[in-house]
Amino acid sequence: MTTSKATTSANTFGGIGGNLPRPDGTLKVRGEFAYSSDLWLEDMLWGATLRSPHVRARILGIDLTEAIAMPGVHAVLTHDDVPGEKHYGLDRRDQPVLAVDQVRYQGEAVAIVAADHPETARRAAKAIKVSYEPLPPVVDPAWALDPASPPIHPGGNVVRRQPVRTGVFLDGPGAPPADVVVVGEYEVGMQDQAFLGPESGLAVPAEDGGVDLYIATQWLHVDRDQLAPCLGLPPELVRLTLAGVGGAFGAREDLSMQVHACMLALRTGRPVKIVYDRQESFFGHVHRHPARMRYEHGADADGRLVYVKAEILLDGGAYCSSSLAVVGNAASLGAGPYEVPNIHIDAYGVYTNNPPCGAMRGFGAVQACFGYESQMDRLAAACGLSPVEIRIRNAVSEGSRIATGQLVDTPAPLAEMLAELAAMPMPDLPAERPGPDLRDLPGGVSQTTRGEGVRHGVGYAVGLKNICYSEGFDDYSTARVRVELLGGKPHVLVHTAAAEVGQGLVTVLAQIARTELGVANVTVAPADTRVGSAGSSSASRQSYMTGGAVRAACAAVRDRLAAHGPAESLTEILALTGPIEETREYRHRPTFPMDPFTGQGDSHTQLALCVHRAVVAVDVELGLVKTVELAAVQDVGRILNPIALEGQIHGASAQGLGLALMEEIQMEGGRVLNPSFTDYLIPTILDMPPMRLSILEHPDPHAPYGLRGAGEPATLSSTPAIVAAVRNATGLELPRVPIRPEHIALT
Amino acid sequence: MEFLRPASWAEALELKAEYPDAVPIQGGTDVMVEINFDLRRPARLLDLNPVAELSRWSTTGGVLRVGAGMTYTSLIRELSADLPGLAQASRTVGSPQIRNRGSVGGNLGAASPAGDSHPPLLAADAEIEVESRARGSRLIPATAFYQGVKRSALAPDELIRAFHVAPATGPQYFSKIGTRNAMVIAVCSFAIALHPRRRAVGTGIGSAAPTPRRAGAAEEYIAAELDWDSRAALDPRVVARFGELVAQAASPIDDVRGTADYRRHALGVLARRTLTWAWHEHMRERTTT
Ligand SMILES: Cc1cc2nc3c(=O)[nH]c(=O)nc-3n(C[C@H](O)[C@H](O)[C@H](O)COP(=O)(O)OP(=O)(O)OC[C@H]3O[C@@H](n4cnc5c(N)ncnc54)[C@H](O)[C@@H]3O)c2cc1C
Repeated sequence: MTTSKATTSANTFGGIGGNLPRPDGTLKVRGEFAYSSDLWLEDMLWGATLRSPHVRARILGIDLTEAIAMPGVHAVLTHDDVPGEKHYGLDRRDQPVLAVDQVRYQGEAVAIVAADHPETARRAAKAIKVSYEPLPPVVDPAWALDPASPPIHPGGNVVRRQPVRTGVFLDGPGAPPADVVVVGEYEVGMQDQAFLGPESGLAVPAEDGGVDLYIATQWLHVDRDQLAPCLGLPPELVRLTLAGVGGAFGAREDLSMQVHACMLALRTGRPVKIVYDRQESFFGHVHRHPARMRYEHGADADGRLVYVKAEILLDGGAYCSSSLAVVGNAASLGAGPYEVPNIHIDAYGVYTNNPPCGAMRGFGAVQACFGYESQMDRLAAACGLSPVEIRIRNAVSEGSRIATGQLVDTPAPLAEMLAELAAMPMPDLPAERPGPDLRDLPGGVSQTTRGEGVRHGVGYAVGLKNICYSEGFDDYSTARVRVELLGGKPHVLVHTAAAEVGQGLVTVLAQIARTELGVANVTVAPADTRVGSAGSSSASRQSYMTGGAVRAACAAVRDRLAAHGPAESLTEILALTGPIEETREYRHRPTFPMDPFTGQGDSHTQLALCVHRAVVAVDVELGLVKTVELAAVQDVGRILNPIALEGQIHGASAQGLGLALMEEIQMEGGRVLNPSFTDYLIPTILDMPPMRLSILEHPDPHAPYGLRGAGEPATLSSTPAIVAAVRNATGLELPRVPIRPEHIALT
Repeated sequence: MEFLRPASWAEALELKAEYPDAVPIQGGTDVMVEINFDLRRPARLLDLNPVAELSRWSTTGGVLRVGAGMTYTSLIRELSADLPGLAQASRTVGSPQIRNRGSVGGNLGAASPAGDSHPPLLAADAEIEVESRARGSRLIPATAFYQGVKRSALAPDELIRAFHVAPATGPQYFSKIGTRNAMVIAVCSFAIALHPRRRAVGTGIGSAAPTPRRAGAAEEYIAAELDWDSRAALDPRVVARFGELVAQAASPIDDVRGTADYRRHALGVLARRTLTWAWHEHMRERTTT
């Protein structure tokens, strides 16, 4: 159910605004889509990885004898065999390709094997004898903050501390007077991206001494920038092609098996494929940073915010990954989309011996949003206002400044969005229907209730997310567009390195080319490193950035065509000129670092808002929850493809629901207790309710077509809205997500 | 790995006698997971799918004999009226794909304390028919079948052929706690069966002890307290006491799926609710017949 304020003109030939189906959709539903795990070459070998069973240990020795001797084994490699740089990393090169003298988390890669059969490779990996001296791990992030904790890396355990200070807090920590003060401590558990297609790829050695890697990733060029030095090869000899990606959500920003497969291929001279199984996948990628947060909000008697104080501690685990940016987001967005005259935030990211945490949809902003939105409900209760009213009174709008002092210089109609959300019709409440369908009740067909113990609740939340890369990063994307006659008809080839990770980018890029060039026949070439970087399929940025690059390249093509005079038809010109090709880089407006002491600075490119209303049915005796409906209003600036956009909002909301109610990597002493889909639960169709959506189009004049990145914002507000609804139904504080049944039933 | 495909039950028993280490496979929804995750490397698989009789059921002397290989999907379709508790439990197993392949025989073979078919089998006084070439066939009461975490009374040379159970003569209910609303392994579960003719009540507890088990004291208490002849509503104190006795019968642990305290608490709630549903249905039936 979607209503869109501005109706985009009907589009007959597949340009922007049209409801174009995605080319991979039917294939995926039928099980016919070729994922990276389906890659195959006749003579390929299979790689396997030996991982650390210890959370923290010194490596005393590695004995490969038995593994090497196994028939069918072609190579067994350790850190000694890494041809170039021994470490890689997105921001800090602190993560070893293979553990050198110590392991810092359970599951860290120690050695790799190539064999002629996957089973042989796995057996050989098991036959490697590593002698470890276990060390006491640092698993409590609060302890990691203490300078006395044993350093996990040289330089100590604090990865980044980012303060934000505005108003009176520029002079000191003393809070200004406020009529109402609410304080809360909140915790976010470790969520996993839980993509369905495990890490996988195929490395093929080339005759020129280089390597071709077919890989499911989010950013081909940044993979290459880390791979080439580790392989000791110049970048041009490391060529990457995107293979079928089975979901990403941030988990494919870091390298997993890329260097390993290439090392094995270069060593054996044979193609090498590596595919993780589900359990290994849980150890093979970073997770969402768990967070502990303390918030203090002061307001006047009317509920207008006077100040916000917050301390946000993010557990980055054993390696840096994206922790720097995650901390930056938590700090800069930590007060939410509200007008707050005085802000005092300290966000920290720390190293621990827990699994590395990095990018996941909404990173940094998701955790903070749970904190500040929980606080807004407390404040509403303390001021005797409704949750909607307190948010409307404090909402940002165009002309406001966020915590960093950055001016909101594009439409930000938060108050209107909330009003529209609150005015949406309420769903039927299942427990109030006669003879309710079990599927509509908490517990579903497990038949735990037929209405007994069920109470309903409603909750609201808003979220603020930055779109594109922030803090001065040179963020750009490249597109090559070629127009030519094929069979006498104009045809457009769009070539970029942008990763289609399931978000529908391939469809949107073709739509843009059609709109810009007026040519119906458009092919999007496979993404690879033969064209310049497109940046990451992260930060909700690809429609903006690669969309912008395709648009710019099309404009350049148009300019060349225009030189031939307006009278000629495209076919006539192309018959004359032959193919016309243009490549363009597109950059968003520059951003700037955050001040290290005050956090001030225009650090973000674009700000996006989403608001959610959740209606839940809670079995208060058993602690089971059924989300009856999620309603959302999101402003996307401009709708490029309604059906793909709705899919993003549904998916983001579902991932937020997962964090609210079930998704958590459970840890004990740094060890993962549930590395499988048996016990790491993600929402099913009986958990994710129908959504009521309203999508607004208030254009951002700085962005291509006025669009606003849309993949992440709904992940933020969905979680606190659901928790607010459960609090509303139960009267409980519920300071932690995911909520577990015992938190409701036994408190 | 050798793949044995007997064409008949007799041949299956032969092969099992010859190779007691052969792992039977029916739906494979447990076996294949273990193999894929390298938790088990059997030298031989004994495929029971060709033995057609295993997926059929019959009635003799008023007792149902249900083949061990009957899938949850066919059980729901064909036996919901006779075995409502087991059908409800079957409806909660995994996803449609799993229910299309998985079987009660496989659930028994795996003998997981979390297996969903166990509580209703216990509550309905089912017996498990097992057989070996050497010693022939024997009937094991469900209560004696479960012997430990993933251990059963099945001998290495035996196969499960069927289970025997009387069609329901009174209301039966099954309830299962999971942290999501479908496709979830039980945090704990509970089954109840009223046997009005015998004036008895059967129960089964899942996922809250090393084995599925009955709540004997709770059964005796409630059978004595229920006013079988009248249509009197339940006394809330009696319902509460029943819940307490069921909770006491469990010996749960803390694990990733839930805490011991929560499991005990939830069992009490499920016991009260299912008893209430069963009694209301019982009263309704008495009114209409
Ligand atoms: C995604 C998924 C979800 C699941 N969800 C649930 C759930 O919600 N509830 C639940 O209870 N289970 C669940 N299971 C587990 C499994 O589906 C059930 O235990 C099912 O009943 C197994 O039946 P099967 O026929 O597939 O058994 P198989 O895998 O073929 O066999 C299981 C075991 O029984 C033995 N066996 C099979 N037949 C015989 C026989 N005739 N004689 C002797 N031994 C035999 C096998 O050797 C093996 O040890 C789930 C499994 C998966 C993969």
